[in-house]
Amino acid sequence: MEKLLEVKDLQVSFQTYGGEVQAVRGVSFHLNKGETLAIVGESGSGKSVTSQTIMRLIPTPPGKIKSGQIIFNGEDLAKKTDKEMEAIRGKDIGMIFQDPMTSLNPTMKVGHQIMEVLIKHLKMDKAAAKERAIELLRLVGIPMPEKRVNQYPHEFSGGMRQRAMIAVALASNPKLLIADEPTTALDVTIQAQILELMKDLQKKMGTSIIFITHDLGVVANVADRVAVMYAGKIVEMGTVDEIFYDPRHPYTWGLLASMPSLDSDDKAELAAIPGTPPDLTNPPKGDAFAPRNPYAMKIDFELEPPMFKISDTHYAATWLLHPDAPKVEPPEAVKKRLRQLSSNYPQPVIVKESE
Amino acid sequence: MLRYISRRLLSILLSLFLIITATFFLMRAAPGGPFSGEKKLPPEIEKNLNEYYGLDRPWYNQYFDYLVSIAKWDFGPSFKYKGQTVNDLINDGFPVSFFLGMESLLLAVSLGILLGVIAALNHNKWQDYGAMIFAVLGISVPSFIMASLLQYVLAIKLGLFPVARWESLQHTVLPALALAATPMAFIARLTRSSMLEVLSNDYIRTAKAKGLSKGQITVKHAIRNALLPVVTYLGPLSAAVLTGSFVIEKIFGIPGLGSQFVLSISNRDYTTIMGVTVFYSILLLFSVLLVDIAYGLIDPRIKLAGGKKGE
Ligand SMILES: Nc1ncnc2c1ncn2[C@@H]1O[C@H](COP(=O)(O)OP(=O)(O)O)[C@@H](O)[C@H]1O
Ligand SMILES: [Mg+2]
Repeated sequence: MEKLLEVKDLQVSFQTYGGEVQAVRGVSFHLNKGETLAIVGESGSGKSVTSQTIMRLIPTPPGKIKSGQIIFNGEDLAKKTDKEMEAIRGKDIGMIFQDPMTSLNPTMKVGHQIMEVLIKHLKMDKAAAKERAIELLRLVGIPMPEKRVNQYPHEFSGGMRQRAMIAVALASNPKLLIADEPTTALDVTIQAQILELMKDLQKKMGTSIIFITHDLGVVANVADRVAVMYAGKIVEMGTVDEIFYDPRHPYTWGLLASMPSLDSDDKAELAAIPGTPPDLTNPPKGDAFAPRNPYAMKIDFELEPPMFKISDTHYAATWLLHPDAPKVEPPEAVKKRLRQLSSNYPQPVIVKESE
Repeated sequence: MLRYISRRLLSILLSLFLIITATFFLMRAAPGGPFSGEKKLPPEIEKNLNEYYGLDRPWYNQYFDYLVSIAKWDFGPSFKYKGQTVNDLINDGFPVSFFLGMESLLLAVSLGILLGVIAALNHNKWQDYGAMIFAVLGISVPSFIMASLLQYVLAIKLGLFPVARWESLQHTVLPALALAATPMAFIARLTRSSMLEVLSNDYIRTAKAKGLSKGQITVKHAIRNALLPVVTYLGPLSAAVLTGSFVIEKIFGIPGLGSQFVLSISNRDYTTIMGVTVFYSILLLFSVLLVDIAYGLIDPRIKLAGGKKGE
């Protein structure tokens, strides 16, 4: 499969009065053409910073890419100037944000906000752009697009605005769409519709998607692969099946256990992970999750776990995978899901950081 | 829209009525009359004068007559200048003040916005600090000092403009600058803070994510939204600037409405004081209305409807 994007050892920090906030601490992943990768993790784990760094939308200062590469289409975006990025943003990479209420300019017609992309990147004239904007609004399922194109955002409902945002992001048929919690601000039925729409459009346009969410529940439906982020690092990554049916990291277990599932009526077992994420100004020694991890061992507080490879596609960074570690049982809610996956190696193997 | 405007016109009428009433009774309550001065007039002459101007009639008659004549746009005769009506005084002075005011308004708005935008785009850099020092000076230096300063530097030292008088376009530059300094500084500060606020909005990030350049984002997405508070300030400002500034008109020897107004106060020229006050109020009320209409045109979220909310 052809890689569209490869992020290698990305580190991003913010210089604040309180010190250096290490928001992203060595993130590596790749995205194939036409694929959807979900990035999940609690709020503050660095998902937005990662995605905005790919687009180079991080305000600098205070933000700074400390190291790493962002290879997109064979070019390193981390090295591009702001001017060079203008030709890529909105053209090759489109982005949707969490809050559709504030992400559109309130004093500009919705149609015009779509047309801007077409005029800028596809060099259309006004008339052609307007026609295409109407088509795009129709494509994202907005009724009466001829009328809607001349309306302002406040005349749209939340769901409609997010559809309009999708139209903006997809206007120039980008290779990559980054959706940062696109449904978090919407209510459940609208959420499902927007997810459906994104899947549908992906099929039509062949776009690769990075789908960011803090809710594992929506992931199974949309993603091919999942990266679980905690405290600025990816702690586990694998195909949807691997993450849902054979999770290895205690943090992933915690996320899965706190996810409402259709087959369980027992509300009591829905336990959020106790504790809070660490302060990234002073990231703890060892495994950042250790203080909240009921399975933590002594070594977790001392030494950072290496990345273990469980299959060709499945990675997890936890000492529990070490041959010397004691065998532990995942929580009940997770145990019920476990399946034997045939693609697994006989033994997890340690991989070098650089891979 | 029409319903909105007629509603607003009605409330303007009501406000005007209250203002006229208040001015009328305040004038009467003030000690001394139009004919009391250094030299006491003989009682017969004062009686005649009072009769001539109707000041001997009961207050409610005077009050009612005044309301009626104002409705006919007749502010009555001037008490001080024989043979001149207040309308004459306004007709003479206002065009001058209006021209001067317009010029300084244009200066204040264009330079103020420019400074504010530059400051915001270069937040916490030297351009920002420079513009804000400029603005603080503009706000804190009184206009008469600014006027003298401009006269001294630009007219006397450099000889770029005439020192005073009201003769050609050249003559208008210095007073317009002096008059514009303070509002320009205000507008610069207002624009800056409003721009900074707008630039932190999500939709600016969206615009950036679309690949728009910094210039395109500033012009198409930021400035328009940032100008909304400036537009609000424009209503009272334009009324104040257009009716003329006594100090500036005095310093530059300009025959405007501002100097007329102050003169009429020291002269106890009742009808002129009242006339100019009412004229000023009308101007203020209408410029605020104009600004509200303009606001509605700029910000599509605001519906100029007759009802309470929405349509
Ligand atoms: N502009 C900024 N200045 C300082 N810290 C920031 C800034 N933006 C993000 N951070 C910090 O980076 C960390 C990761 O944030 P974010 O990527 O938004 O998390 P997520 O999207 O996973 O909820 C947080 O600790 C946050 O406080
Ligand atoms: Mg986020």
